[in-house]
Amino acid sequence: MSLLEQIGKLKEEALGELAEASGAKEIEAWRIRYLGKKSRLNDILRGLSNLLLDERKEVGAGANRLKAELEKSLSQKEQALSRKQIESAGEEYLDVSLPGRSLPVGRLHPVTQVIDEMSQIFISMGFQALEGPEVEWDYYNFEALNIPKEHPARDTMATLWVDYETDGGDRPMLLRTHTSPMQIRVMEKAQPPLRVVVPGKVYRYEATDATHIPMFFQIEGFAIDKNITMADLKGTLYEFSRRFFGRDRKVRFRCDYFPFVEPGVEMAIECAVCKGSGCRLCSNSGWIEILGAGMVHPKVLERVNIDPEVYSGFAFGMGIERIPMLRYGIDDIRLFYGSDLRFLRQF
Amino acid sequence: MKVPLKWLKEYVDINLPPAEIARRLTMAGTEVSLQSLGGESWRGVVIGEIVAVEVHPNADRLRLVTVNLGVEEQTVVCGAPNLTAGDKIAFASVGTELIDGYSGKKAILKPAKIRGVTSCGMVCSEKELGISDSHEGIMVLPPEAPPGKPLADFLAEIVLDLEVTPNRPDLLSVIGVAREVAALTNQPLTLPEVEYEEPGSPIEEQVSVTIVDPDLCPRYCASLINGIKIGESPEWLKQRLLACGMRPINNIVDATNYVMLEYGQPLHGFDFDRIKGGKISVRRATKDEAIVTLDDAERKLDSNTLVIADSERVVAIAGVMGGANSEVSERTTSILLESANFNPASIHYTSHGLRLVSEASIRFERSIRPELTEPALKRATQLIIELAGGEAAKGIIDVYPGKKEQKKIRLRAGEVERLLGVKFSTEQIKDTLISLGFKAEKTTGEAEFIITSPYWRSDISIEADLVEEVARVIGYDAIPMTMLSSSLPQQDPEPMLDFKKEVKQVLAGYGFQEIIGYSLTSREVLEKALACTPLEPPPIRLSNTMTVDQEYLRTSLRGNLLTALATNLRHEEGAIRLFELGRIYLPRNNDLPEEPEYLCGIMSSEIEKAWPNQPQYLDFFSVKGVVESLLAKPGVSAGFKESNDSGMYPGRQAAVVVDKDELGVVGELNPKVAEAFDISQPVYLFEIDLSKLLPHTIGYKLYKPIARFPAVMRDIALVVDAKVTHRQVLEIIKGFPLVEKITLFDVYTGKQVPAGKKSLAYRISFQSKEHTLTDKEVDKVQQQILDKLADKLGAVLRA
Ligand SMILES: [Zn+2]
Repeated sequence: MSLLEQIGKLKEEALGELAEASGAKEIEAWRIRYLGKKSRLNDILRGLSNLLLDERKEVGAGANRLKAELEKSLSQKEQALSRKQIESAGEEYLDVSLPGRSLPVGRLHPVTQVIDEMSQIFISMGFQALEGPEVEWDYYNFEALNIPKEHPARDTMATLWVDYETDGGDRPMLLRTHTSPMQIRVMEKAQPPLRVVVPGKVYRYEATDATHIPMFFQIEGFAIDKNITMADLKGTLYEFSRRFFGRDRKVRFRCDYFPFVEPGVEMAIECAVCKGSGCRLCSNSGWIEILGAGMVHPKVLERVNIDPEVYSGFAFGMGIERIPMLRYGIDDIRLFYGSDLRFLRQF
Repeated sequence: MKVPLKWLKEYVDINLPPAEIARRLTMAGTEVSLQSLGGESWRGVVIGEIVAVEVHPNADRLRLVTVNLGVEEQTVVCGAPNLTAGDKIAFASVGTELIDGYSGKKAILKPAKIRGVTSCGMVCSEKELGISDSHEGIMVLPPEAPPGKPLADFLAEIVLDLEVTPNRPDLLSVIGVAREVAALTNQPLTLPEVEYEEPGSPIEEQVSVTIVDPDLCPRYCASLINGIKIGESPEWLKQRLLACGMRPINNIVDATNYVMLEYGQPLHGFDFDRIKGGKISVRRATKDEAIVTLDDAERKLDSNTLVIADSERVVAIAGVMGGANSEVSERTTSILLESANFNPASIHYTSHGLRLVSEASIRFERSIRPELTEPALKRATQLIIELAGGEAAKGIIDVYPGKKEQKKIRLRAGEVERLLGVKFSTEQIKDTLISLGFKAEKTTGEAEFIITSPYWRSDISIEADLVEEVARVIGYDAIPMTMLSSSLPQQDPEPMLDFKKEVKQVLAGYGFQEIIGYSLTSREVLEKALACTPLEPPPIRLSNTMTVDQEYLRTSLRGNLLTALATNLRHEEGAIRLFELGRIYLPRNNDLPEEPEYLCGIMSSEIEKAWPNQPQYLDFFSVKGVVESLLAKPGVSAGFKESNDSGMYPGRQAAVVVDKDELGVVGELNPKVAEAFDISQPVYLFEIDLSKLLPHTIGYKLYKPIARFPAVMRDIALVVDAKVTHRQVLEIIKGFPLVEKITLFDVYTGKQVPAGKKSLAYRISFQSKEHTLTDKEVDKVQQQILDKLADKLGAVLRA
């Protein structure tokens, strides 16, 4: 039998056997037999160099064609087999209720989340987020904000004082009781137009209980320019409420007093529990106070050399913890800073 | 300030529901809640008369009180010391809903066994009935109160409870509230008519008043009434005081309190016979002076305290509280009635210095006008004559060194519009101010007024104050809502905010839970956490603190995290990963402290043992890996070198170094520190000064082209001395051309290498920017590398 005839026979044999083969093992055995190093086809290919040139060309081409054909058939057979396997896989049993290989999950503190969410809303309205010192001079925390010594408004912000002696003169140092000192710090350095929000920690001299802690967070905001009005204050804060609390939440603006604004404003949102009809949560008023605000007091502007006859502006300050407390029905403010994972993991 | 509706109606017609009055006052600046005294809330409370008071057989401090309830008698246990037989009291029987005196919450009264004696019912305090916050003693009712009758029939009242802001002392008076209500409801105001006879001899002949320190006392008015008779006040007066949360005492004290509530001007009645020399002097106290005040406490005074003195001694702390030495008593027959005005800052200073807050001091420190002294004095004089008889001396004393001209403020309608963003007509602006008692004169200017504020308002000094008056009476609802329309300001980015956010998010992604701890801590916690005494730098101390746990500002975040870890280990199994990002506070000379942003994270030792995860133990490299990955995010590559932090495990810690700046520490916590926090397992910790790190994350980066030719990988395993570091090997290999990347994939010590040696296995990736590398080229460089490693580090290829 000539080599070419042998190749023809080999082809017939191989394809016939492949058609019969079923299962991965048989196919592998077939591969070794017909395409492996010790296969007849390989022998033929290795022996090519011993042939005469014409024969070498003819046999070489035939053998390589056969090799390609067998490889192609093999890959088709393998694909067919794997398709069959996937189709029959449904018969395997996998307990899908077993737990997966978990990756550790970390979360941001709920206060961090709320501050980010709020800051983002104001940033999208052109405000810039800034931070300021938590340990402050009396001047920035009170004096420059129109709260001189012996002003009764100081009593509403019980202060933690720093044990500190200056080289000369009386310059009391304290833990800021609100984020408002940044109004002065920013306006001392920059000229209007200004739009700024300041999140941060504030401190009070208060005994700890379910509604009072000595350290909590506030977010301060202010906008100063020519022709900024109380209508802008209302519109900006309403827009904030609409985005943060939802478009259907009613808001209320009423007169209130803070020494560093005039006129003064308090904003409340409709109580979510009773929808305004009055309940325990809102002390029967139907409203939940959210923030204090107002038009920046002319004396505050004068203090930082901004002419109140030319410029005007509004400012607001909002306590942070109240918001997640209302949102999630948390009734003890101490939980935020108690670091209990059973609490923190819920947010 | 509590204002009974019936009383309010004496000055202003109220034809709106009380809830609407409360709403309008609230919207206009003073939060009001409606209280209904009596009615439903007092169901089950009846008037009782004390029949007998005995000491509890098993407790000296408790009393057994027998109460006549009209048809029956009941004996209950009572802790209050102020009861005597004959007193009329409010008695709650079992099943009544009362306000708990301590928690402030409502609770149903149940039978109780107190020290072996069963008590079915209770004698109530004012707080338990919701009348006032006073829980000091039992509320004693007027003697006319009929035993057995429901308390509601005797005392029922609707009360407006006002939360008065510090700028509105005028609203600490019923007439003040009536004025506000009149303006907000468009009703006229009726004031009491004050008229009385003055049959006595001229007051100047009997009393002299000198103001020594007029800076602290702008005005002092006084009247004198001789031949009065001390007694109880009539029922209507007692009930009004009770409804306002004040306890009736006697007709003179009640009259002065009543007029203070009515006008907002504090008054004080001296027993004139006890004023030595008939002389009053208003002066600063001297250093060593002291006085026993009406509450029986001895008060030391200083030279900043303003006092009222007679010719010999101090008889009152001005504007705060009277002295016991001139107190009105049952024997009093002559009253010197004081109605004065004092400097608000001085009163605030004194009242806070002495920790003595009174109804008078609250009003004075909020600044009331001197004009108020005279009408209030006359009204009180009239009332005393009405209640206690006697003859008024002719005329009054009126020393008025602080008289000032009425302040005039210009108000432009344009300014109202500029600040509010809405245009009100000049008529509307004018009418609104007039309704509040302001005087408005038209000027030559268009849409412009000159405004004089009424004598009861002390809070109006600039044009913006008037704008608020207009806005709050017309209503903030009349102001439209607009979005900011001015040009967007320039911004200078503050990279720390974004950086902190990024760091937090990355760590949460690594499975760390963020915590936030108090910045206030104790020296003890800091010392424990840092294993360091004395603390360097010393923490900043506060001069007033509620507890010793919060006396210092933290100089490290470690204490918070370790406390949090210990707390959570009590109820958590398995791995805990926590971090805090916050400031620490480092003192500076003559300046505010430095407040760098710090990051601290901790990992407890073990991954949870639960299918399908294999338990994994952490080591130094677990926590170092966290730091490396964290820093890789902003593109910082850190070095680590041996460190010596006393809070960390010696030899299992490293300093984090970036461009020669030491930014923090990483490693295993010193077990002694863990133990001090009651943690018994290994803890891994990292701490980084983000304020120092931040500048390293900012800067220009140049794009590096992606390689166009394939890389060739070669694996080499080296045997070196155990002391040779990975870093040394790395530095040598990095120095050769074509080396693109070096990965350590195995570190081995053990049987297969000689003792004192270790094997380090590296995969080196070679690559050229110009062409595809041939094996020959790579072989050559690899050989050079091996030669140099052998030469410098004694490294040999592992067989
Ligand atoms: Zn509600």
